[in-house]
Amino acid sequence: MSKEIERLSDPGLPDHVHRKADVDPRAAKKAERQVAILFSLSVIGTLLFVGSYLWIPATTFLFLPAMGSTNAQQLFLGLGLTLATLFIGLGAIHWAKTLMPDNEVIAERHEFRSEEKDRQDFVDTVKTQAAAAGLGRRPLIKRTLGIALGLVSASPLLLLRDLGPLPKKSLEQTSWEKGTRLVTDPGNLPIKASDLEVGAVAQVLPELKSNQERTLNNLAKDAVLLIRIRPEEFELSPERLSWTHEGIIAFSKICTHMGCAVALYEQQTKHLLCPCHQSKFDVPRAAKVIFGPAARPLPQLAITVDSDGYLIAQKPFSEPVGPSFWERSS
Amino acid sequence: MSSAEKRAGTVANYVDERTGAAKWLKKNLTKVFPDHWSFMLGEVALYSFIILLLTGVFLTFWFDPSQREVLYQGAYQPLSGIKMSAAYASTLNISFDVRGGLLMRQIHHWAALLFMAAIVAHLMRVFFTGAFRKPREFNWIIGIGLLTLGIVEGFLGYSLPDDLLSGTGIRIAEAIIQAIPVVGSYLSFFAFGGPFPGESFIPRIFTVHVLLLPGIFLALITAHLMLVWYQKHTQYPGPGRTEKNVVGYPLMPVYMAKAGGFFFIVFGVTAFLAAVASINPIWLYGPYTPTQISAGSQPDWYMGWLDGLVRMAPNLESHIFNHTISWNILIPGLIVPGILFTGMALYPFIESWLTNDKREHHLLDRPRNAPNRTALGAMSLAFILVTLLNGGNDLIATHFALSINQITWMSRIGVLVLPPIAFVVTKRLCLSLQRHDRDLVLHGRETGRLQLLPHGEFVEVHEPISEAKAWVLTQHDQPPALEFVTEDEAGVKAPRGALNRLRARMSAATVEQIPRVEGNDLKEIEHH
Repeated sequence: MSKEIERLSDPGLPDHVHRKADVDPRAAKKAERQVAILFSLSVIGTLLFVGSYLWIPATTFLFLPAMGSTNAQQLFLGLGLTLATLFIGLGAIHWAKTLMPDNEVIAERHEFRSEEKDRQDFVDTVKTQAAAAGLGRRPLIKRTLGIALGLVSASPLLLLRDLGPLPKKSLEQTSWEKGTRLVTDPGNLPIKASDLEVGAVAQVLPELKSNQERTLNNLAKDAVLLIRIRPEEFELSPERLSWTHEGIIAFSKICTHMGCAVALYEQQTKHLLCPCHQSKFDVPRAAKVIFGPAARPLPQLAITVDSDGYLIAQKPFSEPVGPSFWERSS
Repeated sequence: MSSAEKRAGTVANYVDERTGAAKWLKKNLTKVFPDHWSFMLGEVALYSFIILLLTGVFLTFWFDPSQREVLYQGAYQPLSGIKMSAAYASTLNISFDVRGGLLMRQIHHWAALLFMAAIVAHLMRVFFTGAFRKPREFNWIIGIGLLTLGIVEGFLGYSLPDDLLSGTGIRIAEAIIQAIPVVGSYLSFFAFGGPFPGESFIPRIFTVHVLLLPGIFLALITAHLMLVWYQKHTQYPGPGRTEKNVVGYPLMPVYMAKAGGFFFIVFGVTAFLAAVASINPIWLYGPYTPTQISAGSQPDWYMGWLDGLVRMAPNLESHIFNHTISWNILIPGLIVPGILFTGMALYPFIESWLTNDKREHHLLDRPRNAPNRTALGAMSLAFILVTLLNGGNDLIATHFALSINQITWMSRIGVLVLPPIAFVVTKRLCLSLQRHDRDLVLHGRETGRLQLLPHGEFVEVHEPISEAKAWVLTQHDQPPALEFVTEDEAGVKAPRGALNRLRARMSAATVEQIPRVEGNDLKEIEHH
């Protein structure tokens, strides 16, 4: 550049302006009293805290505008703690702002880089000490130590093996088998087609064999939704149609996206909605995904009735239920 | 000498003879800390962490981290006689049978929300002012580590009570683990001790939540603070503030009183929130069971962007050679967050490489003077904001009677379109502000007073700004763009030519600045 650049100059730190309390002893005295009052208010807060703990019954409820019914003991314990802490803070800061020195201080900074000589000395030291240990000259020691350290630090991973069993086929299986009765949840009662009206939806589970107990692990895979619509509304392949019974269609309730319970059924549109990520499944079209992040329809359970007229499964699920995993084949 | 002084002297002597602490303390008690409201954001994070430790210890005395099934018989009548996990029952117990228990639970939860909010606000302050530049890159990386761990720690914390809402969150986390190619099902079975939900997960994450992660937090926070201490705090530009000094108040007494007092204020605010504002009322959700769910399920706010990403993901899944890859989970759940956090962690190095700036920086940038960086920040914020909003798409739909499909589509488009717009708009705003700065220095401040000149013209009187203000507006560096020689005279191509061309182009974009006012400019004006 031809023109020489001339930067504006730094005017330097502004002069210190005295506060009222710095020059007027009466103002200083007043500030002192204010700080003391703030600290005393904190004491009152602590008293409120202790008093609420001891004397407010835990069963009293108060109505707070916008917050609703609130437990009085918890409320006053909290308000006591609020006052107790807040006023210590306000007191300390008021003290610092009015009475403690407010002269700005300048401290120098130094570059972090060590001096050239120190850096050189450091390198020399490392070199000499490493040479003394013979790291360069004795590669056998270096290599065996490397292998030993590597192995010993990897070995704890082995101990973590027993954190859980291997998945094997577990993700692909449910308790549903050929002929398993559908039972209500809650209630555990077998269910007939006539129990469901058109437009109705019900959650069912596989009937337990004697000596079986229902765990959350079962529920996480076994839950099934029954939905009854008018049979002529189905848009299904003949095979899938044969999996329904008198307009009743059964789907796994576990979302194929991330495993939430697909619990919202909209009767008008016949859509199932997963409340977690809003995937929508179209019931008449075998729970085809019509919106949202889910990639697969809800697995359909083939149902029919047994000789007593109770709904049963024709066969197990033909595909794994729930979210996808690497080993899933379709 | 008073007797109190004597006693203190004896103690000090005892300690010093064994540690030699006097020498170190003498120097450090008067350490200088610059003052600015934005420097309190990191403090808020630190203090809410202390509050989390205090209230967390209290909660562990009553919380039973077990998924063993129990019959609830506590004070909360609506759930009386219901089967639930011991974890859920003991959380009800803390809320209804332990005096002050609900308060402590709510302080803990509010403090966690505040902790994450303060970390994010602190991160933005550090980013937009360029405080991460040399020599503070290590501390930036530690900070990103703390942010990441904070998200995990918060998630594990609200998952502990084993209520219907948090159990659904765990279910989603399990699906993300399970979606990892090749090893997903194995990792999930190891984490849960078998199939979901099992009875191992809550006891395990309890240990991680109360022991492992807090330990790592303590170590990282200590390192973070030691580096701040050793490297001395950055300061905003101003009269008397240079790259070679630090201007502020001494640790003792001013900074101690202010920082100590501020801790109590943060405590007071969280206590107040916890006293009057109910948070995570787990008794309304009921115990977890995989077959149920409540509509409007929302994670805590710092997980909302992740949930929003998952909600807007296209439903892609590949089936190759009898294997499944769930892009609908992997992209929003792992790949995008991975890119975001890696990019954030590497940013100081990327910027230094692009600008070839290897100097130490202790004076902060005014965001407008680094338009590209500020614009990049605004762009990231726009991205996160859209995803966060989409995390509540169901609530937006029900509250404003809108179609969830339309909201989701708006988010899908918005998340791609709005960030670039935010970039361009912010960059232009920065340059406009620079122009305004230049104007202020050259022509002074508009006073709003009109003057009638003898020949009838009206002019507005401008008043020169103070010297101090003019210095703040002109002190920044405006380095020229980098230039690289791609070929020497003999036509031999320089090594890494393409990379250097990219650097030169980025550098040219970075130095697009409104020229800062120099002394000569002012002289020229005086001549007119």
